[in-house]
Amino acid sequence: MGNGLDPASPLLEVRGISKSFGAVRALQDVDFTLRAGEIHALLGENGAGKSTLIKVVTGVFPRDAGIVRLGGEDVAPRSAKAALSAGIATVYQEVNLLPNLSVAQNLFLDRQPMRFGIVREGEMRRRAKALLADFGLDIDVAAPLGDYSVAIQHVTAIARAVDLSARVLILDEPTASLDRHEVEILFRIMRQLAKRGIGIVFVSHFLDQVYEISDRITVLRNGRLVGEREIASLPRIELIRMMLGRELAETTSARAAASERPPREVCASFENYGKASYVAPFNLELRHGEVVGLAGLLGSGRTETARLVFGAERADRGQAKVEGAAVRLQSPRDGVRHGFGYCPEERKTDGIVAELTVRENIVLALQAKRGLHRPLSRREQDEIGRRYIRMLDIRPPDPERPVGLLSGGNQQKVLLARWLATSPRLLVLDEPTRGIDVGAHAEIIRLIRELCDDGLSLLVISSELDEIVTYSDRVVVLRDRAHVEELAGEAIDVGNILAAIAADSVAVALEAHT
Amino acid sequence: MKGLPPVLITAIVLVLGFAACAVQFPNIASTRVVGNLLTDNAFLGIVAVGMTFVIISGGIDLSVGSVIGFTTVFVALVIERWGVPPLAAFLAILVLSAAFGAAMGAVIHVFDLPPFIVTLAGMFLARGASFLLSTESVPITAPIYSTVSDFALRMPGGGRLTAIAIIMLVIVIGGALLLHLTRFGANVYALGGSRTTASLMGVAVGKMTIKIYMLSSLLAGIAGIVFSFYTSAGYSLSAVGVELDSIAAVVIGGTLLTGGQGSVIGTFLGVLIQGMIQTYINFDGTLSSWWTKIATGVLLFAFIALQQGLVALARRPVTKSAGVAS
Repeated sequence: MGNGLDPASPLLEVRGISKSFGAVRALQDVDFTLRAGEIHALLGENGAGKSTLIKVVTGVFPRDAGIVRLGGEDVAPRSAKAALSAGIATVYQEVNLLPNLSVAQNLFLDRQPMRFGIVREGEMRRRAKALLADFGLDIDVAAPLGDYSVAIQHVTAIARAVDLSARVLILDEPTASLDRHEVEILFRIMRQLAKRGIGIVFVSHFLDQVYEISDRITVLRNGRLVGEREIASLPRIELIRMMLGRELAETTSARAAASERPPREVCASFENYGKASYVAPFNLELRHGEVVGLAGLLGSGRTETARLVFGAERADRGQAKVEGAAVRLQSPRDGVRHGFGYCPEERKTDGIVAELTVRENIVLALQAKRGLHRPLSRREQDEIGRRYIRMLDIRPPDPERPVGLLSGGNQQKVLLARWLATSPRLLVLDEPTRGIDVGAHAEIIRLIRELCDDGLSLLVISSELDEIVTYSDRVVVLRDRAHVEELAGEAIDVGNILAAIAADSVAVALEAHT
Repeated sequence: MKGLPPVLITAIVLVLGFAACAVQFPNIASTRVVGNLLTDNAFLGIVAVGMTFVIISGGIDLSVGSVIGFTTVFVALVIERWGVPPLAAFLAILVLSAAFGAAMGAVIHVFDLPPFIVTLAGMFLARGASFLLSTESVPITAPIYSTVSDFALRMPGGGRLTAIAIIMLVIVIGGALLLHLTRFGANVYALGGSRTTASLMGVAVGKMTIKIYMLSSLLAGIAGIVFSFYTSAGYSLSAVGVELDSIAAVVIGGTLLTGGQGSVIGTFLGVLIQGMIQTYINFDGTLSSWWTKIATGVLLFAFIALQQGLVALARRPVTKSAGVAS
């Protein structure tokens, strides 16, 4: 655990911060307090507002309301550079240094030791060496930064920030691409810095690491503050509940019918399937007429599993079978060829083509599957467009309207229609209800059930546990990039899923402390 | 050092090429030929130094050929028709070209426009302006021109190191020192790495952009003066396509076209390689001089393929092992 120096004095105080992007309220009246010498974890699922909060505090985004105080004085940096000179430094997951320059140049860019207008290269390297030695690093500082591992690049970025007299150090997902040993090094450095009185904000979705290093945590959800707690008095399951916003008592209702159908034949199966440092090998069977839910926290390997199944990412071990026959899934094309469809989470960037019409978006995948030399006639396109607009109740029912003008829920339906038009056997949906209003939400869920009743096999990722519980025949729970539990039938309820997400990690945490 | 391996390859290509030429035509290996080579390519060497800074910073400057053309016409007219003293004319054109480059840099930064488009506009502008001044070749007869043309250092073996060759060598050395030893030079590399990151790290990106294009245009102005010494005339069609020759020299010299890596010395070697090919064709006598362009094209392609290979190698994850005391 880190060392609180003077728990009474807040180093950084954030009060009542609000921020909207257009109609979307990214932050609403959020408070955050960082003490000198503490390591404070900032947690929340995707879209909770962590990044927005950091960017507002460091002046990357202007704020709509609220105040930021550093050491008791109001600050309002207008840029990351201004925040840095005020004493707030941020080190992002993708290191903001220059890989083409030497380590020494990166540490001293724009403030190199000079003599007669010439950079004193030797002196600069000596100082760089000394600075990094403070962080337990002994490397050739004349080599380009890009030659070194991400861990060393992170430490270099931290060293630069600290040397620029940072009092607040924000580390945004610093451990995401580090191995265990590198994480140890980083944690040791974080504890050292905390001892020197620097306040550290640690953003991470690795709960084990949060418990290992943090003094206190603040949880955000949907742009609001959920709470601020001492880590020592916060059971893990309570933390997960804060992040996912579900009460254990609140269990299932509408799912009875789903689980009582007879088992169907296997549509696709994956044996010992996985990819090194991506997802641990897993076994997964997907049956016709069945919905399999993937549950877990952000970064637990849900999307990674989906991408492996579809072929968007190549597995380096294991065997995939479609209808019992062994297949190789090397690319999304392979996935499409075997009758798979994939609706990614980022609808706007990875899914719809906003400028094209509803009809054009719907026929896109089908046309791609047929090949360019067999174009769909306009009459066929019109017919397909009309059929799916009717079937999925896309509104307004105008096939010639650009998709960008539709609501989120209807865009999602157009994406669904695009894959349905290819008559797939398996459809992978990543967060199908994200960013959709409540009414459309229920409709998408109803559609998922209907498609499944028609014999389609579905693999659905969602952060909404209630939702997963409603439509899934089986639920696979993931944690730390591994499949840790598979729930079926009566065992599927929010409480069991939460327990599976939390349980194992408690054991691991205990192990780490003995 | 940055960009050393590609520079080494360029050096090896030059040495091997020169050796091959010398085997076929022993006369090539003389200070006389080398001296002429430096003289003939002096203006190209000077603009290529500026182009190196621009390309390492992640930009491109297509206007330099036109700036050379404009400079020759301007200098010829001002000296011959208006009777302005040559040194005053030189000073005026250098101020003018530097201001032109600064303006392009400012437009690129302030309006966040691609350098390709802005300098393409600059290219048409400068070329058009030189046609406005005169569409005919204007001979320069000022005494300083014959003095400079006659000046040369004797090299052992009878070669002449002319004044314009010396100017080029001084600029190459000065450019190398500026790029590799100063804070300005480090910032040029930083801009080429990533403008956003460089700005986050405190580099004044706007000022740097203006200074870099100013330097490039200033060197193009000097190259224009040198070109007017070389031809003793001002002509609005001179130095057409030189921007492309200088880009070729920079890339053959091992500078990444995407920015962030490269060296002035490499560029100088790239200029020499182009000069060497030209010399070989002159010696052969039967080949069309357009073979220079074809050979340059092949080399360019080979070097870009090589760079892509090196970049792909560099993108491999975690390479260097580091001593980590824990």
